[in-house]
Amino acid sequence: MIAVVDYKKGNLKSVERGLVAAGADARITDNPDVIGAAHGIVLPGVGAFADTASTMESLGQMEVVRERVLAGVPFLGICLGMHLMFEEGTETHPGDTSGGAHRGLGILPGVVDAMPRVGEDGRNYKIPHVGWNSIEPVRGSDFNCELLAGVKPGEYFYFTHSYAAPATEATVAIASHSIAIPSVVRYRDVAFGVQFHPEKSSDAGTCVLRNFVRIVKEA
Amino acid sequence: MLTKRVIPCMDCKDGRVVKGVNFVNLRDAGDPIELARAYDLQKADEVIFLDICATSDDRATTVDLASRASEQLHLPYCVGGGFRSVADIRTMIAAGADKVSVNSAAVKNPKLISEAARAFGTQAILVAIDAKKVRGGFNKWEVYVSGGRTATGIDVIEWAREAAKRGAGEILLTSMDRDGSRDGFDCALTRAVARAVDIPVIASGGVGTIEHFAEGIIDGEADAVLAASVFHFGELSVRQVKEYMAKQGIPVRL
Repeated sequence: MIAVVDYKKGNLKSVERGLVAAGADARITDNPDVIGAAHGIVLPGVGAFADTASTMESLGQMEVVRERVLAGVPFLGICLGMHLMFEEGTETHPGDTSGGAHRGLGILPGVVDAMPRVGEDGRNYKIPHVGWNSIEPVRGSDFNCELLAGVKPGEYFYFTHSYAAPATEATVAIASHSIAIPSVVRYRDVAFGVQFHPEKSSDAGTCVLRNFVRIVKEA
Repeated sequence: MLTKRVIPCMDCKDGRVVKGVNFVNLRDAGDPIELARAYDLQKADEVIFLDICATSDDRATTVDLASRASEQLHLPYCVGGGFRSVADIRTMIAAGADKVSVNSAAVKNPKLISEAARAFGTQAILVAIDAKKVRGGFNKWEVYVSGGRTATGIDVIEWAREAAKRGAGEILLTSMDRDGSRDGFDCALTRAVARAVDIPVIASGGVGTIEHFAEGIIDGEADAVLAASVFHFGELSVRQVKEYMAKQGIPVRL
């Protein structure tokens, strides 16, 4: 069973349906015991970093997700769910630029921060980064990542976000906007984060979800 | 590279797609979910469902539509029309909508934008602006509300800036002068708004030919282009449009 972590921020049905369509027994749950017993964990992407991190703490989800990922249970963080894999995030809520940082799961090092509106090329970029962008391998000519099996470099996925994960050794794929956005990250072999929304990315997204379901079944 | 989006828009009434010409003369164009699925296959980048009545009966139908869409679509979709409060928006997001668009209610109560963005994230809140050229004014447009029936005296550029500042994630900009005209987007309007805000702008109103889509991006500097009847009645497919745009050097997902 794959647990889709419900942190009370909105609709998770698309993610659940996407996983079911990919052959999984997926269940939306806010119960730490159910999350702890799952064979795979999906942390969806709705809301803001600070709000979500504190809700997850108060529901007792943070500790169990961290423990299970460190123990090698397959994990997929989507958008904000990917951001939460990192140590800290500066996103409180729209319009708040107080700059305080909030603690995430801390599976990966670094701080999730707002994307710059001016790129290194000096051009202005629209933020939020909304729409379909192509992903490219960060090193070499291939992704070399189980989650992206069958996905060709240059494939398009649907993004919608204003904050980005830090560039680290964990980055597998990037998308270009005002910065090179880490778009797929990996922790060890079976924990992944994706900045895009596979559940909204048509056939390419279905392929990613199917890969994740296979990884869960083979783990 | 981030691609430019092509967005079919479905004006819905009683759960069916209709398309008004100059906001009147409704014609039936079919089931919204069926149409959206066809557009997904043609590589539409997202779809918008606009509830053009937004009476309380129609509301329930639209919530049901959002819920069916979340079951059957694998692309992002926005629902617009008739939101008056954060609670209204919450119902639609809970039903499965990725984004909502707010129009008249946001003009009456701009705090709605900030509150909704805070509750659901900026990416979930589109502010729709119906713009009409001010007679005798050079490059000046006025905001209209209530489905284009009521003038507000508010300047479009000022309002777009205010909406962005309050946490709108995108602007859906409709030229009332061009809507239904098939004369193409009002590129001067689109460009003026696109340059005034640092959030994406969706150009809407006036598409009649395939060339118009590219004009909206190149001349209008829009991030996305929206059309309705040219798609619903099968005059153009989304794929044809995107292939044409690609030939003009516009980055699109094919």
